[in-house]
Amino acid sequence: MTYLAKPKLHHPTLPKNKIGYTRRDYEGKVSTLCAGCGHDSISAALIQAFWELDIQPHRVAKLSGIGCSSKTPDYFLGNSHGFNTVHGRMPSALTGANLANRELIYLGVSGDGDSASIGLGQFAHVMRRGVNMTYILENNGVYGLTKGQFSATADKGSKAKRGAVNNDAPVDTVSLALLMGATLVARSFSGDKKQLTPLIKAAIAHQGAAFIDVISPCVAFNNHAGSTKSYDYVRDHNEAVNRLDFWPTREAITVDYNEGGVIEVPQHDGSIIKLRKLSASYDPTDRIGAQNQIAQAAVHGEVLTGLLYVASDAEDLHAHLNTVDIAFNKLGEKDLCPGAGMLEKINAGLR
Amino acid sequence: MKRIEAVNDFVIKFANVNGSGSASANELFAKSFLRMGIPVSPRNIFPSNIQGLPTWYEVRVTEKGHLGRRGGVDLMVAMNPQTWNQDVAEIDPGGYLFYDNTKALPPSKFRDDIHVIGMPLTEIANASYTDARERQLFKNIIYVGALAAMMGIEPEVIAELIGEQYRGKEKLLKPNLNAFQLGLNFAKEHLKDAMGLKTKRAYAVGDKVFIEGNAAAALGCVYGGATVCAWYPITPSSSLAEAFQFYCSKLRVDKETGKNKFAIIQAEDELASIGIVVGAGWNGARAFTATAGPGISLMSEFIGLAYFAEIPAVIIDVQRGGPSTGMPTRTQQSDVLLCAYASHGDTKHVLLFPEDPYECFEFAAQALDLAERLQTPIFMMTDLDIGMNQRLCQPLKWEDERKYDRGKVMSEKMLDAGMEFGRYLDVDGDGIPYRTLPGTHATKGAYFTRGTSKNPYAIYSEAGPDYVYNMQRLLKKFETAKTLVPKPVLTPSREPARFGCIYYGSTSPAMHEALEALAERGIFVNALRVRSFPFQDEIFDFVASHTKVVVVEQNRDAQLKTLLVNDAGINPASLISVLHYDGTPITARFITEEIAQIAAALNVRPIKKDKAA
Repeated sequence: MTYLAKPKLHHPTLPKNKIGYTRRDYEGKVSTLCAGCGHDSISAALIQAFWELDIQPHRVAKLSGIGCSSKTPDYFLGNSHGFNTVHGRMPSALTGANLANRELIYLGVSGDGDSASIGLGQFAHVMRRGVNMTYILENNGVYGLTKGQFSATADKGSKAKRGAVNNDAPVDTVSLALLMGATLVARSFSGDKKQLTPLIKAAIAHQGAAFIDVISPCVAFNNHAGSTKSYDYVRDHNEAVNRLDFWPTREAITVDYNEGGVIEVPQHDGSIIKLRKLSASYDPTDRIGAQNQIAQAAVHGEVLTGLLYVASDAEDLHAHLNTVDIAFNKLGEKDLCPGAGMLEKINAGLR
Repeated sequence: MKRIEAVNDFVIKFANVNGSGSASANELFAKSFLRMGIPVSPRNIFPSNIQGLPTWYEVRVTEKGHLGRRGGVDLMVAMNPQTWNQDVAEIDPGGYLFYDNTKALPPSKFRDDIHVIGMPLTEIANASYTDARERQLFKNIIYVGALAAMMGIEPEVIAELIGEQYRGKEKLLKPNLNAFQLGLNFAKEHLKDAMGLKTKRAYAVGDKVFIEGNAAAALGCVYGGATVCAWYPITPSSSLAEAFQFYCSKLRVDKETGKNKFAIIQAEDELASIGIVVGAGWNGARAFTATAGPGISLMSEFIGLAYFAEIPAVIIDVQRGGPSTGMPTRTQQSDVLLCAYASHGDTKHVLLFPEDPYECFEFAAQALDLAERLQTPIFMMTDLDIGMNQRLCQPLKWEDERKYDRGKVMSEKMLDAGMEFGRYLDVDGDGIPYRTLPGTHATKGAYFTRGTSKNPYAIYSEAGPDYVYNMQRLLKKFETAKTLVPKPVLTPSREPARFGCIYYGSTSPAMHEALEALAERGIFVNALRVRSFPFQDEIFDFVASHTKVVVVEQNRDAQLKTLLVNDAGINPASLISVLHYDGTPITARFITEEIAQIAAALNVRPIKKDKAA
């Protein structure tokens, strides 16, 4: 962390987005994470994504569990409400929050201990339910706050800083998310902002359960030789399946692109995700294919990054439950209480 | 031989096989008394089983309106060979055994101090129906017909009830009416004067309603404005969430759009159900969960967070016996301490103790108000006895002028007007801070919600004084809660009394009956029904004004007494426990005997003349 306070004033020529906010308006408190932590890069990508999407920060609700990653929502979108919930239980709290007010944008931030170990059950079930959210898993394979124990995403054979070797099979969160019904699944690397930012934008626009696993090296406990989640290891073994461009439809699409190299995936909010395919054979709308590719890459020791799967016909929990369009937290007695007359009728039926 | 003769005051117990279709026939029987103006109090005694194991249904017919379990059995309807011996043994001397005598039983299977009434139920059913399922189902209705004839239940009343049950299902209506008539005719012909238990029309039911506590609590949640319900199936609370679903589908669907003004999630476990409730409460929707003891154990971590982060939540605990399977289908009041102090760190919670379905409705709605006013989890502590049995109670009540108390929520307007916002700042001296809901204002009022590490402005802080400030404020808030929760209800004795008695929840009807019985013996007791925790001064004063106070509970460890000593600072020497925890609902006979013994042991001279205690 840094002890230098951020100046409140900023340069008058800082660029503003459509709604007149500068990137500084999307920042939060000063991070208390270690210098060089991958998580801070993810926070920066989140700031960039929300700024580029012209979203008012206070229309976002940030929820997290417990751990290094779960502390980060304090370090971006300072004008959003945040909720540091219970270890491994962010998905349920986010589900409840989403039910209470469907008008906000929900961002869930979690880590590998939080999502793949203690919270694996909630991770799976929140995907099943199709809660409309962007779920970011900041994945470093270790417990940072408790000083370097393996988490359930640590690869078999990887070495801890103190020399212990992990013999347990890893939980592959993207495969699990696909299996459980997440409708947008991606993987990226904290050090690849160019890839990560558009993925985040696509996830925010997606009207359903969107999941991004972001490999985020732990500089303190998982950035050494023998680790499979270090900067060097990931850079060497990263195979990107596509480059993503994202345009909200309210903006005229003028960008020049090569027809043959782009696939368009319309989203429910009217926006379109365009994928610049690097890998000619990759089709991100094919769920089974995605599962195959991920598994094959794993066999070769490769980490597949990019947009792995997106369903254009995604539905969210509110659609499943057929809830009213207005936020529940705006409903009062008039809307909710059936009244004394109706209770008289109910009483009459109970005699 | 003695022959029990009684009018409108007796106990009938049906011994059946689970899944044999007896439940609806037995309910029909119980309701027929209500339609004749005679109060009844039925109880299911059921196993952890869907089909095959023994199940009992006990109906207390009580013109005086004693709705507690009486104890003893005047008539046993023994339909289950598995439990024959214990069922026969349970009948009071001079009582009646009604059984299916299609197959002869050896004399050793009977008792000579009871009256045996045999009827060839299987033979009649087999002669009238060909389908095996019909033979089984209608056998139940046939015995209802026979009982009606012997006891003098008006046949029109039962025919009317059958008509209501099968309205629009003509195919089922006729054969049911036929079966009823078969039983009625047989008994009229062959079992004349076999029974000394009689019934005649009375006027003691009035406008009372007959409803399960779980259904009433669910209605309370509908009326109280709950929009989010998250739950995980667990006996005896599941029917509460299911009733909420039922009533919402009738009462909470927007007429214009056909869309729901409610969301019900059957979660993957109780960890998730409470998480969903807490998330919804944080975001300003009224939310609740229904569960039982083991669910509370799982929820404890989140309950702690909700306490410290000050998030409204309503938890309905339908209490039952301990862990695993078996006793959990029996009633207890054994989660009092678990809920009062649920979670890690220094926590204590508001508890409400309803006595019957009427209060289940009222307290559920009130709990939703209290949760938002106090910004904390509120527990409603019912139990299996109230929750899963239909109970006669006052009609449920709602006034249209009643407004929801949304508590201290700072709006965009208030923030723009320059009101100071400190999420954990005590501005009014009542320990309750203001909160903002996510999305309220573009630049003001946002904060990061955490457990304990924060200052009054919700800024991260590990400083001791900040922690202590917050903990003291939470205590002050708990004091404020005392002024908001339901007050205890005093039932003064007819004559001045030295003795006091404290009780709560489902013990209520048995307690009231016991008080009458004790008074008849010259033992006068003032009774105070505790309806909530934290305890108000009235409870302290009540104990102080009596030489001894008996605390009647349905658990082993005297949990409310512990709480009285621990939290109200009451001298334990002034309290004597009466505890009932075998899984059956507490009875008036039990309470009466226990208190009479205590009175005798303490050598308390009855005030009334010379009668000995």
